[in-house]
Amino acid sequence: MSEKFLFPDDTDRVDGVAKVTGKARYFAEFDLPGLTYAVLVTSSITKGRITQLNTRNAARAPGVLAVVSHLNRPVTAGYESKEGPAMRIFYTDRIFFNGQPVAMVVADTFERATHAASLVEVGYEKEAFNTDFDGSLDQVKKPKNPAQGAYQRGEADAYKQAAVSVEATYTLPVETHNPMELHGILAFWNAADKLTVYAKTQGVKATQGTLARTFGLPAENVQVFSEFVGGGFGMALRTWPLEIGTVMAAKLVGRPVKLVITRDQMFTMVGNRPAAWQKIGLGASRNGRLTGITHHSLAQSSVYEDFMENITGMSKFMYGCENVNTTSGIVPLDLSVPIWMRGPGEATGAFALESAIDELAFKLNMDPLDFRVLNDPETDLEKNKPFSDKNLKEAYKRGAQAIGWKNRVQRPAQLTEGDWQIGYGVSTGVFGAFRRSATVRAVLNADGSLVLQSAASDIGPGTATGMVRIAAGVLGIPASSITFELGDSSLPPAPSQGGSSTLSTVGAAVNDVCLQLLGNLKELAVNAGLKADAPFADILKKNNLPYVEVTKESKGGAEQAKYSMYSFSIHFVQVKVHRRTGVVKVSRIVSVGDAGKIVSPKTAKSQMVGGAVGGMGMALTEEAVLDSRYGRYINNNFGDYHVPVNADVPDIEVIFIDKPDPHINPMGAKGMGEIALTGFSAAVANAVFNATGKRIRSLPITPDKVLQETAGV
Amino acid sequence: MADNKEKPGTPSPGRRNFLRDSTLITALSLTPGAVLKAASEKADERFAELFEKIPLRLTVNGQAHALSVEPRVTLLDLLREQLKLTGTKKGCDHGQCGACTVHVDGERVNSCLSLAVMNEGKEVTTIEGLAREGELHPMQAAFIKHDGFQCGYCTPGQIMSAIACIREGHARTRDEIREYMSGNICRCGAYPHIVDAIEEVQKTGGKI
Repeated sequence: MSEKFLFPDDTDRVDGVAKVTGKARYFAEFDLPGLTYAVLVTSSITKGRITQLNTRNAARAPGVLAVVSHLNRPVTAGYESKEGPAMRIFYTDRIFFNGQPVAMVVADTFERATHAASLVEVGYEKEAFNTDFDGSLDQVKKPKNPAQGAYQRGEADAYKQAAVSVEATYTLPVETHNPMELHGILAFWNAADKLTVYAKTQGVKATQGTLARTFGLPAENVQVFSEFVGGGFGMALRTWPLEIGTVMAAKLVGRPVKLVITRDQMFTMVGNRPAAWQKIGLGASRNGRLTGITHHSLAQSSVYEDFMENITGMSKFMYGCENVNTTSGIVPLDLSVPIWMRGPGEATGAFALESAIDELAFKLNMDPLDFRVLNDPETDLEKNKPFSDKNLKEAYKRGAQAIGWKNRVQRPAQLTEGDWQIGYGVSTGVFGAFRRSATVRAVLNADGSLVLQSAASDIGPGTATGMVRIAAGVLGIPASSITFELGDSSLPPAPSQGGSSTLSTVGAAVNDVCLQLLGNLKELAVNAGLKADAPFADILKKNNLPYVEVTKESKGGAEQAKYSMYSFSIHFVQVKVHRRTGVVKVSRIVSVGDAGKIVSPKTAKSQMVGGAVGGMGMALTEEAVLDSRYGRYINNNFGDYHVPVNADVPDIEVIFIDKPDPHINPMGAKGMGEIALTGFSAAVANAVFNATGKRIRSLPITPDKVLQETAGV
Repeated sequence: MADNKEKPGTPSPGRRNFLRDSTLITALSLTPGAVLKAASEKADERFAELFEKIPLRLTVNGQAHALSVEPRVTLLDLLREQLKLTGTKKGCDHGQCGACTVHVDGERVNSCLSLAVMNEGKEVTTIEGLAREGELHPMQAAFIKHDGFQCGYCTPGQIMSAIACIREGHARTRDEIREYMSGNICRCGAYPHIVDAIEEVQKTGGKI
């Protein structure tokens, strides 16, 4: 199927020059006449009411234009309706979480706004609160959506009757997205009913929709620009209250208002990967066939809004097992609401499941790779459908060869290098492969250059680069003559960049619009007495056309009901664990991607490398530490919340199976954003066990945990 | 906890009051009554500008600037908000991420930790000052070639740091590059490719 694609030789990122020269403009970098600066005042209590809000000194400070709060916010249509969100910024005196915005100061300079914000005085009435996840596991809220609730096939808890079984509990702390670009928005009202924003969003159409609903405007009256986004990882998949508040402020002052929040505010107002507790039971026959999988999960949410992700999903289909039962629940706390973070649900679930698989394989005295291969199912037993495409056995084999799996010793704590113990680990990652609906406009100009347009996003993976390569493959013209425009809500609609679906969805639409364009051009050529394959510029010239334009919507069809579609990854790591300090160093990484045809090898590799680095952080260092006495995060900065830095990260080998999925879309290409990270943390935990005999079931695997744990073998 | 009522803090002196008080002390030679009247008529902002801004001369990307800035303005905010050089990024404002790295007199500096007025008479180079006559700097070209970024937000800081890293003589091995580039966080995780780019530029041995 992919034979018709003659992708050009590897293309550099099409926006590379803009990014390395500083010309790429992110939301906060648009200079509008009369621009003003907003700074937030946030709640210092965790739950209760605002009893006093004294803005007098702030309002009188030099340069201050307005202090926005629940006392003076403009009437906001969406906030008045019953269907509106539970958490409405500047709407009431209620405090739902520590760090909640209670006021916004707008001034003519950033410094003046910052100073004036310090002059706002807030009095509170405190109420008792609860932010302790570990201590609240008995306060479970069942999901509203039954599809997210309990699942069972075959017998429940079959692992308890198995010849060999494991049962264990796994925990994950709150992890934060913290992209390098701080969140915020730049908003201005062009007219009483016309709004323009420069946003940091993973979906310009989604932001347009939310703002239109909230401010009671027709969607076309809201213009959203978001060409460059400095990372998202899921946190920019919704329009946050702070963005709504800035739009309110712009209305009040009648000038453009820019808000850029601070790094510590990135920990409290733009979501996180929720803390989770999981219990897994696995059973197998003595010859290593899985006979029972049980997976229970609880995750943190907020009291004012339910958030729940699919933590147990992988347990239902990844392995060939007749008996599976799962349950899921949330624990509402007095904290801000979480949001999807790279590998949402699956990354949390995969840590537990893939650790447990390793534990069971060890108990069976089997190589964990052999155990996985033995239990690799031919069909999806959850959906009762064939997989559209899956090459896991080949992926295991190639990855094992690359990492040197043969050097691994099944018995733990056998390999040493001075004070360092060496171990190898493997895990599988998975995420659904989707194709949604998107529309792309193609304009072929008289000079033969092609402009493609769609309201898609690029938070970093290289959306435009992939699209340009697909178009070049279909049309047989150089990638350098093609431009892909995105990040503008007035362009033809595309879905948000989330759930690893952009390449499949928008890419398929690019493919389809280019095929249509090609057909139209052939017709024009023949009508003008030219050969059907005449150069495009000649066809336009002969027809006296300044350009040819085609717009086409494209989406998946019946194949989506027929097949179970997933992208897969296998992560292999070698770790070194220091015997005396408990420090874990990841010394080698091989990540294998089984995600269909690879459209853009260079950017695809970067995506896999980046996922592995994110996985390292999740595995070893990342933990937003909450002081439950106060309901505050105590390490809310990059000095104390440790994301991986250059010195932490070894060279990373990436292998792609690179075989087209024959069903998902015309390119046979699937998404990779999530699988790049999903499962990685379990590979590290499994390698630490192999190195030391210590099984760490609580992320992150910090030196104190390694030292405290006694070797289980 | 119901009795636990938090009282609002003691009101801080407003800027206007401060100006009014300080003018009384420092501007006795003026007509105090007139100053007070002006202050209460909201003319205080113009006085604030006179009193609170100080002159600053510095060169940015070869261009000399004679400015008047408040002492509390950081070099980063001066570049981004006043000189409109937005290639230098704000990532944390705490010197913890390196996104704001620029060269001051040839050395890499976190511009968020440097007050603008501390740079009197200095030469500042930002990412916008690297490419000459449309030709990319070798480090910029190497970052593109090795795909040393994804979202691009940390990239200007990484590139400024990378050039300094070689100039300092801290790029002799891959491990040394890793160590001396660890002040620049990349959340997209492009580190191995950043090391590739720096190693290649280092090996060409040209003047950078």
